[in-house]
Amino acid sequence: MNFIRKTMAGVFASAALAAATLVPSAQAQEDTIKVGVLHSLSGTMAISETTLKDVMLMLIDEQNKKGGLLGKKLEAVVVDPASDWPLFAEKARELITADKVAAVFGCWTSVSRKSVLPVFEELDSILFYPVQYEGEESQRNVFYTGAAPNQQAIPAVDYLMNEEGVERWVLAGTDYVYPRTTNKILEAYLKAKGVAPDDIMINYTPFGHSDWQTIVSDIKAFGSAGKKTAVVSTINGDANVPFYKELGNQGISASDIPVVAFSVGEEELAGLDTAPLVGHLAAWNYFQSVDTPENAAFIKEWKARMGENRVTNDPMEAHYIGFNMWVKAVEKAGTTDADAVIAALPGIQAPNLTGGMSTMLPNHHITKPVLIGEIQDDGQFEVVSETEDLVPGDAWSDYLPESKPLKSDWVELNCGNYNTETKTCLGGS
Amino acid sequence: MRLIILLSGLLALILAATMPVSADEAELRAVIAKFSEAKKFSQTEAVIEELQALGDTDAVPTLNALSDGLLQVRESDGAVFIIKGDGETVDLLDPLTREAAGTAPGADLRKVKVKNSIRRLIADVVSGLTLRARNSAVRLEAAETMFSRPDPAMIATLDGVIAEETDAGVKTAFMQARAAAVLQSDLPEADKLDAIALMRDRGGRDVLPILTAIGASTQSDAIRAASREAIASIEESMMFWDAGQNILYGVSLGSVLLLAAIGLAITFGVMGVINMAHGEMVMLGAYTTFVVQEFIRTSAPWAFDYSLAIALPLAFCVSGAAGLVMERGIIRFLYGRPLETLLATWGVSLILQQAVRTIFGPTNREVGNPSWMSGSFEVGELLITTNRLWIVVFSGVVFAILLLVLKRTRFGLQMRAVTQNRPMASSMGIATPWVDAFTFALGSGIAGIAGVALSQIDNVSPNLGQGYIIDSFMVVVFGGVGNLWGTLVGAMTLGIANKFLEPYAGAVLAKIFILVLIILFIQKRPRGLFALKGRSVEA
Repeated sequence: MNFIRKTMAGVFASAALAAATLVPSAQAQEDTIKVGVLHSLSGTMAISETTLKDVMLMLIDEQNKKGGLLGKKLEAVVVDPASDWPLFAEKARELITADKVAAVFGCWTSVSRKSVLPVFEELDSILFYPVQYEGEESQRNVFYTGAAPNQQAIPAVDYLMNEEGVERWVLAGTDYVYPRTTNKILEAYLKAKGVAPDDIMINYTPFGHSDWQTIVSDIKAFGSAGKKTAVVSTINGDANVPFYKELGNQGISASDIPVVAFSVGEEELAGLDTAPLVGHLAAWNYFQSVDTPENAAFIKEWKARMGENRVTNDPMEAHYIGFNMWVKAVEKAGTTDADAVIAALPGIQAPNLTGGMSTMLPNHHITKPVLIGEIQDDGQFEVVSETEDLVPGDAWSDYLPESKPLKSDWVELNCGNYNTETKTCLGGS
Repeated sequence: MRLIILLSGLLALILAATMPVSADEAELRAVIAKFSEAKKFSQTEAVIEELQALGDTDAVPTLNALSDGLLQVRESDGAVFIIKGDGETVDLLDPLTREAAGTAPGADLRKVKVKNSIRRLIADVVSGLTLRARNSAVRLEAAETMFSRPDPAMIATLDGVIAEETDAGVKTAFMQARAAAVLQSDLPEADKLDAIALMRDRGGRDVLPILTAIGASTQSDAIRAASREAIASIEESMMFWDAGQNILYGVSLGSVLLLAAIGLAITFGVMGVINMAHGEMVMLGAYTTFVVQEFIRTSAPWAFDYSLAIALPLAFCVSGAAGLVMERGIIRFLYGRPLETLLATWGVSLILQQAVRTIFGPTNREVGNPSWMSGSFEVGELLITTNRLWIVVFSGVVFAILLLVLKRTRFGLQMRAVTQNRPMASSMGIATPWVDAFTFALGSGIAGIAGVALSQIDNVSPNLGQGYIIDSFMVVVFGGVGNLWGTLVGAMTLGIANKFLEPYAGAVLAKIFILVLIILFIQKRPRGLFALKGRSVEA
């Protein structure tokens, strides 16, 4: 069954792709710089990734209006990896070798990123990855513009601990690499903060889980032990909607058991009646409701292009920052050659949409503010807490014993996983 | 705009001039006005505490509005109002009297920000202020809030309130709130033992943490023994309720499985067509619900509570028509070639998914719950969510109707005749191709109806159907191909088994266990729970 599904998906996707890519490349001239966009436009992840393709096209158009880059026009090459992880690697190879793109912006899930890593390493190209992820990785060819765990998960837990007085924790996630690693880090962090193992409940559910009755009532029971309880949710994608519906229906309000989510943004709330969810939290580095002139201009342009009802979210901002950083690095290097741009990127600054300047660090992560927002009844978030300074992204978590001595520095050490105790570079990834 | 401000300013002046302002009210207004300067959460908290200190019940509407995010400040003059309605201009209400105080453009208003900890503070303050409210429901709510966050300082106040209380139910609630506070206080042992007895009578899950806490912290052996014994008795009765709750969850999951599978029980079970596009028929039904709700939202908002009733026949028609076209256009050429049917219908499912993605976009669409399908109620310690209850009822009704159609109508008779012995039915003058077509349309239409129900508990996205296709085949194969009763029993068995496994094994493992069980079961009984006897089985 599965092999049929895969082959068919491949056939359909490549047919759609041929139609999509043939037209622009027929008109392509030699004096354009090609930018690859590697986001799923069909399959389960299309719900999140299609938006990122649209924002990339918008950013490229905008840059072209400003006169392009190095005197040339930019040209987007859009491919559809169809939410199929091996296909991500194939499409990445196609973008780099056949289309000769200067850089690729793409991927959402960690498994898709892991599947393209060897391709980017082998063919020596550049990938900008815009989604919050579990960390524990730093690759020379990849620039991580989403949040590392210390830029999202840890500050969120700190907020709950200090502001809400939470003492008992439910770590609920979808069963795959991002939630498992994040929860491992969080569990170690909570225990380091003196939380008893009895006060931590960890729960995993399959992708697209829709029957939350038992789990929500378990959370309710766990929360009635006399200590303030909160849920830290790394539940991914579609499973969130029935989860929040069940919370609302079973009468769990945010002032009793708040849920802080790392994968729920404006886009996910758009499919949901948020009235019963007011007060539940999300931790991101950007919210649409942030009141800055840069953000207002970005939202205005996005709505003008895509329609009044569309919302903006955190991974879109990450692409905005990443794209501008790439443009500046190419200008600084004077070429789109991958090695020159990779060398130029660390230290490059680009404005983020929350009123600050993000910097690309030597470990290929960026500095970002951390915002905690409460869900409002209009499907937006209201910021209730914001870090004063930008937080630098940390590739290797300090709370896991195996990654504590590791350090990533591509400028001085030229190594993604330098062990500071043995003074050696482990190499590999 | 300036005119409006002028007018409303004038109105406020007139109001102020004509109304007798008591000293208390002036004081209250002065405190409420401070909300306009509270830019930080800590400042807002300070103002709320000032209101609490005044102890005037008139402040309750202001506080409730603040908690709901409806207390807003007019930027132009810093006056505080409760707002009503949304859109370009909103109505302003006086924060104390809730009388109309003009309108203002939404852009001129700034919300007084609140967060969870402030909402909790407000709930505590309001419960303290409403202990003597005229409405018994409000008093009951105040008692419940006090029970959930007991404060020993309130014991004296509660004693007074309990003495005055006339409503028996509210009085008990206050006594329980007092007992919870007593257990945290320094009162003598006898008082605490009385309180534990009261807690034990109340029962329920929310008493357990209070009893556990007192059992762990007390020095007195008598109190520890009493609390331990009370916990044991409550836990014993909870075990019984927990089992009941699990069965309820199982029935609810079973009814969802039944709804998803029942259309397939016709197309696959009765006709033998491996229809991989079954899930997409469900999805079409869900999207029909979305379109109906969109139409109602824009043109007849009052009819929103009826949207599902309107969507039901439409979803049946849309999915049924899609099924009819599919049968006439593709499947009828492939009868007797199951592998080709599988591939063709799977292709159709991809086409339908991408078509919906192109038309409606890849993101989730919001399908609202009508008011009669939101919320939950309690029977004893059982929590029943209304939407799940309706889905159980609904799947039962669909099942009964389908059974009636199959067993009691002429069409049902022809359908059964064709599936049992095609050549014989044909020679008796039944137009078998059309019976096939309409049977397939019926199965698809039922799937569409299921989509209306599933839109209430799941995402409405192009992937909706994929999540149910495997489960549906599982139910039909497990229950016995070609038997509706088998589908019912199969769905309920799988639902309840899943829910009993889930607390022990977790959601991921529970699903795997169920699949393993089915594999073992099919080894033993290859034709499922209720094997159908007849020629169609051999065909």
